[in-house]
Amino acid sequence: MSNRIDARFRRLAEERRAGLVTFVTAGDPNPAESRRILADLPRAGADVIELGMPFSDPMADGPAIQKSSLRALKAGQTLAGTLAMVAEFRSGDDATPIVLMGYYNPIFSYGVDRFLEDATGAGVDGLIVVDLPPEADSELCVPARACGIDFIRLATPTTDDRRLPSVLRNASGFLYYVSITGITGTRVGESDVVAGALARIRAHTTLPIAVGFGIRSPEQASRIAETADAVVVGSALVSAVEQTPENAAAAVSELVEELKAGVLSARGADRGGRA
Amino acid sequence: MDQSNTFRSGPDEDGHFGTYGGRFVAETLMPLILDLEAHYAAASRDETFWSEFNDLLKHYVGRPSPLTFAPRITERFGGAKIYFKRDELNHTGAHKINNCIGQILLARRMKKTRIIAETGAGQHGVATATVCARFGMPCTVYMGETDIERQQPNVFRMRLLGAEVRPVSSGTRTLKDAMNEALRDWVANVEDTFYIIGTVAGPHPYPALVRDFQAVIGNEVREQIVEAEGRLPDTLVACIGGGSNAMGLFHPFLDDPDVRLIGVEAGGEGVETGRHAASLTAGRPGVLHGNRTYLLQNDDGQINDAHSISAGLDYPGIGPEHAWLHDVGRVEYVSVTDTEALAAFQLCTELEGILPALEPSHALAHVAKLAPDLPADHLLVMNLCGRGDKDVFSVAEALGVEL
Ligand SMILES: Cc1ncc(COP(=O)(O)O)c(C=O)c1O
Repeated sequence: MSNRIDARFRRLAEERRAGLVTFVTAGDPNPAESRRILADLPRAGADVIELGMPFSDPMADGPAIQKSSLRALKAGQTLAGTLAMVAEFRSGDDATPIVLMGYYNPIFSYGVDRFLEDATGAGVDGLIVVDLPPEADSELCVPARACGIDFIRLATPTTDDRRLPSVLRNASGFLYYVSITGITGTRVGESDVVAGALARIRAHTTLPIAVGFGIRSPEQASRIAETADAVVVGSALVSAVEQTPENAAAAVSELVEELKAGVLSARGADRGGRA
Repeated sequence: MDQSNTFRSGPDEDGHFGTYGGRFVAETLMPLILDLEAHYAAASRDETFWSEFNDLLKHYVGRPSPLTFAPRITERFGGAKIYFKRDELNHTGAHKINNCIGQILLARRMKKTRIIAETGAGQHGVATATVCARFGMPCTVYMGETDIERQQPNVFRMRLLGAEVRPVSSGTRTLKDAMNEALRDWVANVEDTFYIIGTVAGPHPYPALVRDFQAVIGNEVREQIVEAEGRLPDTLVACIGGGSNAMGLFHPFLDDPDVRLIGVEAGGEGVETGRHAASLTAGRPGVLHGNRTYLLQNDDGQINDAHSISAGLDYPGIGPEHAWLHDVGRVEYVSVTDTEALAAFQLCTELEGILPALEPSHALAHVAKLAPDLPADHLLVMNLCGRGDKDVFSVAEALGVEL
């Protein structure tokens, strides 16, 4: 398979910098503006794109992403529409990895086999499904990997050394470290605590590690980028959409540029991420 | 599980009832759920756990609740002999307290110091606030803003009991959103917090442990009906929100093939209108709140709003064991409308001097359809699982009466 995710993290390692992973919700604030937001992300500085598949009951998300999902659903977004967005994006960009992120029910409802076929066809590189822990790997993770789609695992502060191996067993692409116990968009973990957690996890895996949940400012992004392979920003971007719905693409691009500058300021060119 | 011999051996070790159930939760919660499972497994093998549970049910809750023959309802319907299982006489006025006693004992064993819960009608919230007061633990109850409006008396009761009631303004502002919010709280407070789920739903092991705590209902009925009539009942009827009072009544009888079991869902304004809460009658399988079960959802897998005059039945899902019992055909599931439930509420009050909650009024509304065609020696037991004091304002409004 092509594997845009591996290629992207290889390049980041060669360039000795951390990546910026941006989360936006597909269809927010409306389908047309959402397509513009997506198309502009690579130019603004996104190294990897997480595209939210909106769900009516986002249990692991804070108010910003909850509202974003509801805006998208109100504007008529469907899973089929999200896959079509990816396909359209791919016709103009064959390098930036796209990871679909969301909850299992819309995929289960669409049909796992049909979803994987359509996602592969659209050019989806990976999946993050919040409510599918390793204990449920046979549902989607194993079939997805058989299609060449990475299944990105979440590890959290409650994922201890005993549990890490089962979390990592079928993980691929990269590992997403949730820096806090909590929902998205609330707060960010202390950077030294995060650094300690990353060191612990790296003893178990060579997968690149992205860190997210609650990173809002270029300064926070910069601190996390000292040790993480990539920094994930989501709630801050969808809040920008909420504040400027009529000009969301420009607002998101501007914020992504600032965040990217923060990430790039983190490490000197001679220092690798892995101390 | 060997389905040919027994309907009572589920769930399997991964929490499945057939293809339903399971553990569909975020990674942050997985270690907690596995921990809860291990503690519950140990507790359920521990005599002292059950003796403490039974002692509290007897001396604090007031169990056993009576099994009462309903002479005037029986006469009015003119068929089956109708008994009520009087769980509305429990302390706090519903079956919900049975489960809360069990879960707070578990929380104490696990050395948790803070309790959270979701509530719809407020009955589970009141029961949780009550056991928290009894054991001196801080309690936060999530309740949708819509439900807060229609269940004011219970909101005040919870506050009197020392609980913090946090209004939930997300989504449809009812039970499902309260459950989302409780899960969000739990994810953020993993160290000290125990989540007391109020029905046989949620990730494994909740559906199993809530059922086990509620099974006291059916176990008592088995003894009481044999004492009264010298034999097992012919039909059991219970209302279904998430399904805990029904599962508690049915489970001890699942392997008695001659006992007919009927669950009554909330048909709201009528299943054909789309404004209802009848997940088994009109939903399809999906994944929500940690388990796979029947859900009200649209073509895109988005969860639909549920509608019922009864806040306690206003949930777009149903416990996974019911989903399985539906598919294998052991339990029949039907629905009745708001209007039918209201009529049953009034009938029960006028004829038996018992003010039922709107939830079991649904069960009675189905009994009204069923009983007339049954012979006089047909023994029918209905779970009168809650009292209606909390509902008088909603009923007054529905009847156009100003209080
Ligand atoms: C009196 C009463 N009955 C029934 C229910 C529905 O729950 P379940 O189906 O779990 O018994 C409730 C829920 O609040 C209730 O208060």
